[in-house]
This record gives sequence, structure tokens and C-alpha cells, in this order.
Amino acid sequence: MTITEQRPSYRYVGTRPVRHDGLDKVVGKARYAADLVLPGMLYGHILRSPHAHARIVAIDTSAAEAMPGVRAIITGADFGDLPADDPERNMTLNLMARDKVLYEGHAVAAVAAATRRQAKDAAEAIAVTYEVLPHTLDILAAMEPGAPLLHEDIFTTGLDSEPTEPSNVANRTCYERGDIEKGFAESDIVVEGEFVTKPIHQGYIEPHACVADTGQDGKTVIWCSSQGHFRVRSQTAAMLGWDTSRIKVIPAEIGGGFGGKTTIYLEPLAVELSARSGRPVKMVMSRDEVFRATGPTPGSVIRVKLGATGDGRIIAAKAWLAYESGAFPGVWAMLGCMCVVAPYNVENFVIEGYEVVVNKPVNAAYRAPSAPMAAFATDTLVDEIAQRLDIDPIDLRLLNCPSAGDQAPYGPKWPLIGLRECLEAIRDSEHYRSEPAPGHGRGVASGFWFNIGEASSATVNLNENGTATVVTGSPDIGGSRASMALMAAEELGIDVHAIQPVVGDTEVVGFTDVTEGSRATFATGMAVVEACRDLKGQLRGRAARMWECEVDDVEWADGQATHSGGEHEPLALADITAEAGRTGGPLGATASLNARGAGPAFSVQVVDVSVDEETGRVTVERYTTAQDAGTAIHPDYVEGQMQGGVVQGIGWALNEEYIHDADGIMENPGFLDYRIPVASDLPMIETIIVEVPNPNHPYGVRGVGEVGIVPPLPALANAVYDATGSRIRELPLSPPRVLEAIMSGNGDGG
Amino acid sequence: MSRTHVSCNINGDDVEFLCDAGESLLDALRDEVRLMGAKEGCGTGDCGACSIILDGRLQCSCLVFAPEADGATIVTVEGIADGDHLHPLQECFLEGAALQCGVCTPGFLVAAKALLDRNPDPTETEVRYALAGNLCRCTGYDKIIRSVLVAADRMKEEVAG
Repeated sequence: MTITEQRPSYRYVGTRPVRHDGLDKVVGKARYAADLVLPGMLYGHILRSPHAHARIVAIDTSAAEAMPGVRAIITGADFGDLPADDPERNMTLNLMARDKVLYEGHAVAAVAAATRRQAKDAAEAIAVTYEVLPHTLDILAAMEPGAPLLHEDIFTTGLDSEPTEPSNVANRTCYERGDIEKGFAESDIVVEGEFVTKPIHQGYIEPHACVADTGQDGKTVIWCSSQGHFRVRSQTAAMLGWDTSRIKVIPAEIGGGFGGKTTIYLEPLAVELSARSGRPVKMVMSRDEVFRATGPTPGSVIRVKLGATGDGRIIAAKAWLAYESGAFPGVWAMLGCMCVVAPYNVENFVIEGYEVVVNKPVNAAYRAPSAPMAAFATDTLVDEIAQRLDIDPIDLRLLNCPSAGDQAPYGPKWPLIGLRECLEAIRDSEHYRSEPAPGHGRGVASGFWFNIGEASSATVNLNENGTATVVTGSPDIGGSRASMALMAAEELGIDVHAIQPVVGDTEVVGFTDVTEGSRATFATGMAVVEACRDLKGQLRGRAARMWECEVDDVEWADGQATHSGGEHEPLALADITAEAGRTGGPLGATASLNARGAGPAFSVQVVDVSVDEETGRVTVERYTTAQDAGTAIHPDYVEGQMQGGVVQGIGWALNEEYIHDADGIMENPGFLDYRIPVASDLPMIETIIVEVPNPNHPYGVRGVGEVGIVPPLPALANAVYDATGSRIRELPLSPPRVLEAIMSGNGDGG
Repeated sequence: MSRTHVSCNINGDDVEFLCDAGESLLDALRDEVRLMGAKEGCGTGDCGACSIILDGRLQCSCLVFAPEADGATIVTVEGIADGDHLHPLQECFLEGAALQCGVCTPGFLVAAKALLDRNPDPTETEVRYALAGNLCRCTGYDKIIRSVLVAADRMKEEVAG
């Protein structure tokens, strides 16, 4: 279902063609990074730390070097140390430990050998002497003075006074507005709570993989799975100390990323092993390595206090957020602060966030990073306000809903946003208007995510037969090629399947930032449209030459040139390309831009659950999500993003968590024990696409990739409360935890 | 260490390959036979991306030793279509947008084919349980389940028609 607000009707945009890359993917021909085989190729294997925190005293590779098939071995000593202020320094230290290992799974050495087995055996024969150090795993404990320190050079930034001692707290972020004391004093009702979540993995089905082939000319070619091959190039160059011109990165198909493939783990190691062995080197992670050594999203402890008037206006908010970023600091607490009360107009607030390092894998982005945990806290408490004031939870949200011109908590004024429309869409949905089945609980929640613009490039070439090739630098992680083709079809007026959308490598297309922040269809789509509009100008000029008339007398519409005086028969695009050789040569256009004006995304969701009172198992009985897409270019893949985000959120809310033992060893590094949702866990996920077009995009696109994962955490918690009377403030809502809450009568009445 | 000689039929072709005794059938399919359709998502039988039909039974090829395939008949995703004529499941996956990144798709298609081969008229619940051994992180399964149900209807019509 789509609810559209005043957008033009289009011929191609908004239709649902079969995606261009689909056929290869259903017949098993699509080439992912692990599928590439090159002549003489070696296999790389990484030796990883068995300790959560230890000093590397010595590494002896002599036995491994003597083993059959071994062609190269590298350790931290083979890589330079970037200056302390280099933004890529922590990445390089994560890819290969130097003097210390900072988490179980931290890379210590890598081997290239003729077979996978030989590489693994040799890696295991490397003798590493460790001096085990005390470790810290818990966010709150890591923040305490005297906690084991991961880094001697982290001094908390953002404090009122300059700290004199190093700490595990990398920074403090603060947002304030109004008078919070006055706000709470004027509140008729105050609710508060502490909310806890664990690290969660993105769980893409394809493990990280790459092949690197370094030649004697000092150049290398990398085939890899990533969300952004230009960043693979720059990060690989940074770690190796190379000029980027020596590195060509060819994007393979990517088997899921969700943020987790916005940074690198393998490529510089493969390049270095290839340089040393003179052979191509393939590196493919095992699932165990993916869990232990690639980035989960942070665990968190978040305390929120909200004050509201008796009629339901939220007038005061206090939030304290701590995010664990793993072994190196990130930006997670800051993002959480920016999101924590974003769906509400609150006059008075103080929000402070702390970025905390612990001895766990370095965190990476995961779909609307940091927003879901923050929403879990706020939207659970908003539900409590609604319940205590006996106000419908959607009506309460509508009462506090920001709209264009209101000031967002993190500073800027909101542009045109569709939160109100999403709330109304859920309120008016058949799901929300129907009563939950007897015994079922219902929860609603809302969520916010920024979306971003960044740099994109596109080249559009018209072929002699009137078809077009659209080359962009955005890896297609969920159907974006089809979206690019649809926008190009709309512009050029030719069939969407007369357009071949291609993801180009770092040497055939202009610089393009990572596919992240729901930006590909927004920003790269903008570049495609700009290039197509350039081409339309060229086509008018060619038609003018063919007609020997002034270009001003030529109009372009619906895929053809028409003469304003009506003196010539219209020329279709193919008529003009067929004559291109005689009218000035091939037609092509390139656009490169920094996309401004990304449209903020909101989603509102409602879920019905049943809770087995004997086992504590929560079953999702019905789920409906409404999301503002701006404009849905290809509605199938918009729905797919919405449904995928919701189900990842359901997994986060109900099942998923990193479990570490007391020594910091991950106990569930596989899909059997780290249980992501399976088909039999779920109902259909009903979607309502709301279209409040983004005025800053030629087709009104906002970007749809991320916000869907934000509301499920509080929506499920609110539904479980409705079903059981228990407010559970720690995730996941796994059977033991829910059962314990039921047994202990943790029905605090909210 | 000498390698083991295996003869089997894969997607209608008689195939011979050499493998190590401890090698998985998944690795043999990919490294020795160079059929790259089956994917390794976990190597422990938890994700189903490497699903094949081995002598009529749905299997995770990562859990089968390659030498066990001697004399076997194997269907992989590459063998589902009839030449250029796609299997209804493949058509419906394309039309129903049942894939995003596509890395789990080969396994889902093989598992869904195994289901429809033995139960041509499954309920939604039966499809959900039959595919519960295949993980997809992109789609939330909705469009996959719908596409399998549509394919089942289409195949029934073809039989009836």
C-alpha cells in the first residue's frame, strides 16, 4: 500500500520492473568476491588472538615458513604506524595488531599458501608469546577510574575540564536546550528508566572476501565485497602507505552489508601477501571470524527521564547514553544523542553521551547506527506516559510530533518531514483499527534516521541502437541498479530495460562515497538524473543539426525531439543515436556532485505479539510498518528495505546478542547460537509506503535503507508489556528473560 | 596424501573430480567442479546458502564430505532451469522481488524446489517451516514466501493446463 502526498505521476518511476541483475542471481551466475578464481592464486589465512587483552611479547614464524605451500607471512611489524591524528590509524591497528591485542579475534599474523588447508595449518604453527593483561568488557565498569585501560593515549574529550589521566571514555557529547529543571517542575507526570542492550551483528550472509593481485609494476587490483570500493581503495592505501593511484578496486556483487561493509578488514593484508608472493591471494573469512573480528553494533546503557503535562505534552527530557564502541572509539554515542528524542518536540532537554572502549571487536555501522537503542529507551517511556495518562499512543505521538520549521534536538530546523503522515497512516490502518486477538499484546513505536548525501558520480552513455548504459560508483546492496535505471528511463523516455545499469570500478567512474546512510538512490540517483539532463540537451542539439534548425526550436519530451513549428516528424532517441556519427559523435554525459538536502526518514510501526506464559517465548503475530520514502522509485525494493529492517529489528529485540564469557571469549560465534530470525519465526510484514517528497531531489527521494530497524525494539517491548504487564528494559526479550519477568511479577504498572 | 576420485551426476552431467578425504562437498563443487552457485555463509549447516539436492534429499553441501558424493545425483542452483527456460520459482523470485543481495537466493531456490517436488500445494506455514533452514538477512522473508506460493500456484496451473 502506498499513501502519496502531491507528487507528479511518472511513467517509469514508481513501477516494479524485474531488476537488471536479477537473472544472474537466480541462476547462480552472479559473481561474489569469494567466487573469483585466478591462475596461480594462493589462499590467505589470518591468525587471531585467543585473548581479550594481551601484550604481544614475540612472534616466531620460522616453523610456519618451513611448512609446505607457504609463500608469504606477514605480521604487524610489516606495516607502518600512522600518525596519532590520522583518521585511518585505528583502522590499520584493527587490521593487524602491533604491540597489543585488544579483543579476542584481533588479527596477529597472516599467511598465504597454495591451499586453504596449508594456509590454516601454517597460521596455527606461528608461535606468539603473549603477556595477558586485565581486560574490561562491561560498559559501566570500563568507565570507572581504575578500570583496565585499552589505550594509554585516550583522554576524554568534551568534558568541562581537561582530564589528566587516560581513560576508556573517548568522548562526551552534549546537547541542551531550554530549562530542564523548570520543565520537570511543570510536569504532571515523570517517567524514567535504564535500558540495556548488547552488541548485535549485522549478520550479512556473505562473509568478507577479497582477491588481490599485485604486479611487478607495483600496482594492485582488488576484487572485493564492499559497500564502497573507493573507500576500500583509500583505506588500503592508508594502511600500506601507498598512493591510491597504485590501487584499482573492482566491486564484486555484495552479499549483504547493512553498514558492516563500510570499512575494510582483509584487503591490505591480501595486497601485501600478494606483493610478497608474486601471486594473486584470495582471503575469505569464516563465519566464526565474521562474528569475532568484524564490527557489531554497540551495546548500550541508556537512562532517560521524560516529563509531560497532564494532557500529554512532553516538556522535559533528560538522557544519559553510554555506547560501547569495541576496541577503538567511534561516533556511536554522538549519533545516539542526536536521535534519542528526535521524533518529539521537547522544549527542555539535556542529552549527554559517552563513547566507551571495551575489549570487544571494533564496532561498525549497522543500519541507522545507534538510533534503535536510543528509541528503545525513549519510545518505551513514551508508551508509559500514554498508558498512565490513558491517551492513545499514536495520538500522544501526534500531539508531540515535529514538522517542518521546528528545531530538531541536534540543532537544525526540520525540513519537510513525514512523521505526522506515518503516524496517521498507522492510526488509519486496518491493523491498528482492529482489536488485537484475545491474549495478544500490541505495541507501537516511531523511529528517526538522518539519511545523508555525500559524493556521487554517474556516467550515462547512449549506444548507437538507442539504448543507454548507466555507470555509477555505488555498489548495489538492495536493488539500487533498478532504481538508477528507472530514473534514467524517466528522464530519457526510453524503456527501463533499454538501460543497462552498471556498478563501475574505481578507474571507470568518478569518485563515489560508500553506499551508506540510505544515500545511493538519493545521491547517486541525483547524479544519474543530472547526467541524463545533460544528455537531453545534447539530444536537442543533435536533432537541430539533423533538421538544420535552431536548437531553441527543438523540445524534448517523452523520449523524443519535437520541432516547435511542427515542420519535422518527431525524432525518437534511437533515431538520433543512429545518426550520431554524422552529427558530432557519440553521446555521453558525466555528472559528479556532492548531494545536499538529504531528507530525514521516519517510520512508525505497530506489532501484535503473543507470549507463551510457560516458556516466555514471544511470537510476532502481526506487523505493520509505515515509512516515509519521499518517493518510492521501485516500490518492491522500498518494501523490501522496510521489511528487512523490521525483521532485523525483531531479531535484535527478541533473540540476538553477543555473549562473552568472563575471559572475553565470544561464546556464540555462529548462526546456531547467534540466532537471527528465520522464516518460521515470522508473519508477513505489512508495509505502508508514505510519500512526502523530498524537495531537494528531482524525484523526491529520501532514502529508505535504514530507519525501518529503529522502531521494532520499543514496539516489541511495548507489545510484550501489553501482553504480560511486564516492562522489560533489557534486550533481547529472549524466553528466559521474559519468563523471569512473568514469574517475578515484574509488572510495575509502567 | 593421495586424493579421492569421485564420479557423480551433477545437473544432468556426468562429472568426475578429485578431492581430499576431508573436503566438504561444497568446497569440491566450488573448487574442483567450479560450480559457484552454492555459497558458503557459515560452513556449519546453519544458513542453507549451500543447499543442494543430493539423491533427492535437500542437504547443506557444507555438511557432506565430498567423497560421499561418489555415485550420487546432485542438483544445484545451476541445474534448476531447463536450459534457457527458467523454473517457475526463478521466474517468481524475479517478478516478486524475492531477492536483494542475492547471496542466499541459490539456497532458497534449491530448498523451495525440494519442497515443491514433494508438496506441490504447500500452505504459507509449510513454506515457512520448509525454508526455516535458509537464512536471509535482507528481505525479512516476506517476498520470498509469497514468491514460493505464487510459483506453486503457477506450477499447478501448468500441470492442470
